[in-house]
Amino acid sequence: MSADKFSNPVVRWIDHRLPIFSFMDHELNEYPTPKNLNYFWNFGSLAGVSLVIMIVTGIVLAMSYTPHVDYAFQSVERIMRDVNHGWLLRYIHMNGASFFFIVVFIHIFRGLYYGSYKAPRELLWILGVLILLLMMATAFMGYVLPWGQMSFWGATVITNLFSAIPFIGDSIVTFLWGGFSVDNPTLNRFFALHYLMPFLIVGVVILHLVALHRFGSNNPIGIDPSGPQDTVPFHPYYTIKDFFGLSVFLTLFAAAIFFFPNFMGHPDNYIPANPMQTPAHIVPEWYFLPFYAILRAVPDKLGGVLAMFGAIAVLFILPWLDRSPIRSGNFRPIFKIFFWVFFADCIALGYLGGMPAEGIYVVLSRVATAWYFLHFLVILPLLSVIETPKPLPQSLSKSVLGGSAMAGAASAVKEKV
Amino acid sequence: MAKINTSKQEDTQVDGRRRDFIVVASYAMAGIGAAAVAWPLIDQMNPAADTLALASIEVDISKIDIGQSITVKWRGKPVFIRHRTEDEINIAQSVELSQLKDPQLDVDRVSNPKYLVMIGVCTHLGCVPLGQKTGEIKGEYDGWFCPCHGSHYDSSGRIRKGPAPVNLEIPPYTFETESLIKIG
Ligand code: HEM
Ligand code: FES
Repeated sequence: MSADKFSNPVVRWIDHRLPIFSFMDHELNEYPTPKNLNYFWNFGSLAGVSLVIMIVTGIVLAMSYTPHVDYAFQSVERIMRDVNHGWLLRYIHMNGASFFFIVVFIHIFRGLYYGSYKAPRELLWILGVLILLLMMATAFMGYVLPWGQMSFWGATVITNLFSAIPFIGDSIVTFLWGGFSVDNPTLNRFFALHYLMPFLIVGVVILHLVALHRFGSNNPIGIDPSGPQDTVPFHPYYTIKDFFGLSVFLTLFAAAIFFFPNFMGHPDNYIPANPMQTPAHIVPEWYFLPFYAILRAVPDKLGGVLAMFGAIAVLFILPWLDRSPIRSGNFRPIFKIFFWVFFADCIALGYLGGMPAEGIYVVLSRVATAWYFLHFLVILPLLSVIETPKPLPQSLSKSVLGGSAMAGAASAVKEKV
Repeated sequence: MAKINTSKQEDTQVDGRRRDFIVVASYAMAGIGAAAVAWPLIDQMNPAADTLALASIEVDISKIDIGQSITVKWRGKPVFIRHRTEDEINIAQSVELSQLKDPQLDVDRVSNPKYLVMIGVCTHLGCVPLGQKTGEIKGEYDGWFCPCHGSHYDSSGRIRKGPAPVNLEIPPYTFETESLIKIG
């Protein structure tokens, strides 16, 4: 990489000693990207922007927030009423968490459909699942900070999950609480960790990107680019597309912040925490509902906890469960059906997680939970053996331009729009 | 030549083994050192001395009418005290152990059968069960019902149905007088 690529002498001077500009040029400008990416490929950059939004608003919120059981609730109310623009900052942070999860869930389903977890991107996928786990931990602890009823009881129920561990469970829970119930030591440490974890996420995101740039993006056809004719430089093609996606995202985000800021929250969290009384119907934040449904579906304490963590763990080993060499669901007719059934199953779990644990909801939760695991542990391994995929196009260009005679091209073209 | 060579090889082998030992020993020492440094960092999260030193509380139970309950706070947790009715006591005492998920006789859960004293924290995931106030749902076994994930407890606080694994916990308590109990 020659330094005379840059005309500015200062840039050249720096780049010679610290090749940061070469690096950015390589990874963000000339970086060859498949030319057929559809809008589902916008969600990675959206996730990155969401993370930055969360960190920036979080740090300024922390300047007015007090992590003490007697003051936390009031300090958040003060942010809402008295701190300059505090209501805006808090609503951005609060809704930002929801939008972050929406974006990441779409990003994950994209990967599931287009087989982005398959070789050689297994580690890229695993790092992604790790980010999801860290995000869940961060959001869970953040939700405790306002110290409302849902904060308190959410913290109680989730930390108690660990009491299911045989023998050492209770000691672990006491260790997590720093006492005999969720109390001031718990709030203090959750604040410290809530501040820390987003920066751990930044670290893992960097690894995620390093792994991504090793082989480049997957694409809707799922075959590798065969040469420069199949790729375009990242800039300006995908920078512009990412910015367009970002403006749509920010429009929706702003609409939520200004018009429905509490739509995705729970009204009970505006009641100060009361350790003596559990709200009649406690639910976690919406993004945890599918996992919560799985937890409640199993009538055994340890079993429920294992199933809930298993629902994430199974994602880690997904690259070895789905052995089909075909990445994209476009060329896997049976997989495609099961993918959508699985998608519906996840939505159903989300709905059931928000319903009371009684009657028909319990039965349905069990069926949906069973299907969740069946999909990963039985259907995907089986499909990789019995399914006959459709013929793949010969190259990305051909599928994009549609001017070829191969059978697979027709459906591929439809998809790229 | 050949002979010298072998003896040299033996020398290096012996040296190699010595070196292995030194390497392993150094790693082990570094490991022990790292663990010793990590321990205070981890153990600080366990309950602090003042948290552990939580005092016991005394409760006057003379004002609880038959069929009524009160909730008091002990160690940051609710403690249920119920003045049970004759019916409740009879039912609690007549249950067959074989019907119980966590078999325990009612007499083993009370020191005076009239008063049931237990920690009001669901043994599933820690919610406070309903059934203390009149009008609240008491579950299918006329005791307490945890709304979080649907655990039903009977009039002895024993788990009868739902995901909770064990009966509601009994705190350490003594009757100081007929109407005064000390918890903790
Ligand atoms: C991965 C990024 C993050 C996520 C997903 C996240 C999530 C959350 C959530 C869900 C809440 C509760 C909002 C509410 O209901 O009021 C919250 C609150 C809070 N967060 Fe974060 N957060 C992130 C990053 C940060 C960072 C980097 C800081 C920096 C200190 C921070 C500071 C705070 C503070 C002070 C509160 C309490 C004020 C409030 O409730 O609005 N957050 N966070
Ligand atoms: S906490 Fe009571 S049933 Fe889950």
